[in-house]
Amino acid sequence: MIFIKKVGNQSYILSKPVNIASTASIVGPKEKNGPLHQFFDQCLEDEFWGEKSWEKAESKIIKETVNMAIAKSGIPSKDIDFCFAGDLLNQCIASSFGLRESNIPFLGMFGACSTFIESMLTGSVFIDGDFATNVICAASSHFCSAEKQFRFPLELGNQRPQTSQWTVTGSGCAILTKEGTGPYVTTLTPGKIVDMGIKDANNMGAAMAGAAEDTLLTHFQDTGRAPSYYDAIFTGDLGHVGKDILIDLAGSKGYNIKSNYNDCGVLIFDKENQDTHSGGSGCGCIASVFAGYIYQMLQQKKYRRVLMIATGALMNSTSSQQGESIPGIAHAISIEV
Amino acid sequence: MKPIQSKEEYQTYVETKSPNSPIIKDCFNAFWVGGCICAIGQIIFEICKIRGIDETNSYTIVSMLLIFLSAFLTGLNIFNKIGKFAGAGSLIPITGFANSIVSPAMEYKSEGYVMGVGAKMFTVAGPVLVYGISSSIIVGLIYIIFHTQSITLI
Repeated sequence: MIFIKKVGNQSYILSKPVNIASTASIVGPKEKNGPLHQFFDQCLEDEFWGEKSWEKAESKIIKETVNMAIAKSGIPSKDIDFCFAGDLLNQCIASSFGLRESNIPFLGMFGACSTFIESMLTGSVFIDGDFATNVICAASSHFCSAEKQFRFPLELGNQRPQTSQWTVTGSGCAILTKEGTGPYVTTLTPGKIVDMGIKDANNMGAAMAGAAEDTLLTHFQDTGRAPSYYDAIFTGDLGHVGKDILIDLAGSKGYNIKSNYNDCGVLIFDKENQDTHSGGSGCGCIASVFAGYIYQMLQQKKYRRVLMIATGALMNSTSSQQGESIPGIAHAISIEV
Repeated sequence: MKPIQSKEEYQTYVETKSPNSPIIKDCFNAFWVGGCICAIGQIIFEICKIRGIDETNSYTIVSMLLIFLSAFLTGLNIFNKIGKFAGAGSLIPITGFANSIVSPAMEYKSEGYVMGVGAKMFTVAGPVLVYGISSSIIVGLIYIIFHTQSITLI
C-alpha cells in the first residue's frame, strides 16, 4: 500500500489545503489584563459568567465560542459535519456538556493542552479524506476548574513554585472547510509520546519540551524544511522555562529557532505584572492565542507561513501522586496563507 | 550545548534552567508575618488575663479567635493573598490549619453539602490530622512507659 500523502516518518502533506473559514475566542478576566487582550473576541469580567460553578462556566465559554465561530463563518450549523472538541476536566465534560445542544456529530478529543491542534489535525484529515466538508475544532480550559481538579483549592494560602504555569481561562474555536480563501492548513505532523522522566507536576514546560523537540525536528526532517521556512513557529504552552529548554534542545541538534520562535503561554500573560510565573497553560491557551492573535496575523498577511506545535502533559493527579513521570506529546500543523 | 543523551542528564539540565523561589525574601516575609500572627495571639492572651480569665481558658480563647479570623479572611478571599505573600509564616500557626479546612469547604460547595463540603473538607488538613494524632499517641505511649518505669524505680 502506498501512502501518497505521507512524507518521511510521520508527516503528511494534504492533497488540497484545508481552509480555516473563521475563528473565535473568549477568555477570562486575567487574560483580559494580558498583552493580547485586543485580539480576543470577548473578555469576561469574572470567572463564573453568571453560572453556579466553574465547570458550568467553562461549558458556557466553549459553547459560546463555538456559536460565535459558526456565526462568523456564515455556514448554517446543519451543514457542519463534525465537531472535534476537548478540554481538561475529567471525561471532557466542559466540551460535551457545552456542546450537547449543538446537534452536530461530536468526537471528543483529549491531548491535554495539545487538544486544540489535535482537533485541527484530525479535522483536516477528515476534510482531506472527503469524510467532511465543514468541521468545528475547539478546546477550552478554566483556571479555577483546573486548579480544583489538579492542585489545591483556590482560597488555600500557599505559594506557587517559579516553574509552575497558570491555566488560561478561555476557549478557542476554528471552523475548517473544504473550500475557501485561506489561511490553509497544509502539513500535519502528529507527535509521538515522549517521556523525559520529569516527575515534577509544577514543571510541565520541562516535561513537555522533549516532545516538542521530537515533533519539531521530525517535522523538519520529514518535510526537508528549515526553521527559516516559517515566519513564525509557535508552541502551545511550554511557558518561559520550556521555551528556553526547547531553544536549547533544538539548538543542540543544529536547528536554530531563536529568531522566529515563541510560545503561546509566554505571549498570553505579562510575567512581570501578572504573577503568572512560567506563563500560561491549558487547552484554552494555544486555542485562544491561535483563534485570536495568530489567525488575525495570518489574515493580515503579517505571517504567511506558521508552524503551530501544541504540547500536552499526559498525566493526571493520581499518576503524579503515585510518583510516575510525566509523558509529553506535541502535535504540529503548518498553516500558510 | 551538547545534545542530551539520557533522562538523568536531562533532569540535571532542567534543574539548571528552572528558576528557584526567592528563598531569602520568602523567609523574611514568613518570619515577620508569622511573628505578627503570634504577637496578635499574645495580645489577645494578655487582654484575657487582664479581664481575669484563667490561663487555660485564655489559651482556648486565643485559638478560637485566631481560627475565626483566619476562616473569616479565607471567606473574604483575603487569606490566600496573605498566604501567597507570607508562605509558611501564615501556614504554620493555627491560622494555616483553619485556612486549609475552610478553603476546600468553599471550593467543593458546588458538589453539595454531603459529598462536597462534608467529604472534601479535610482533603488538605486530613494528613495533618492523621499524622498529628498518630504521633501524639506514640509520644503519649513513650511517656507512659518511661513515667511508670520511673515510678517503679523510685
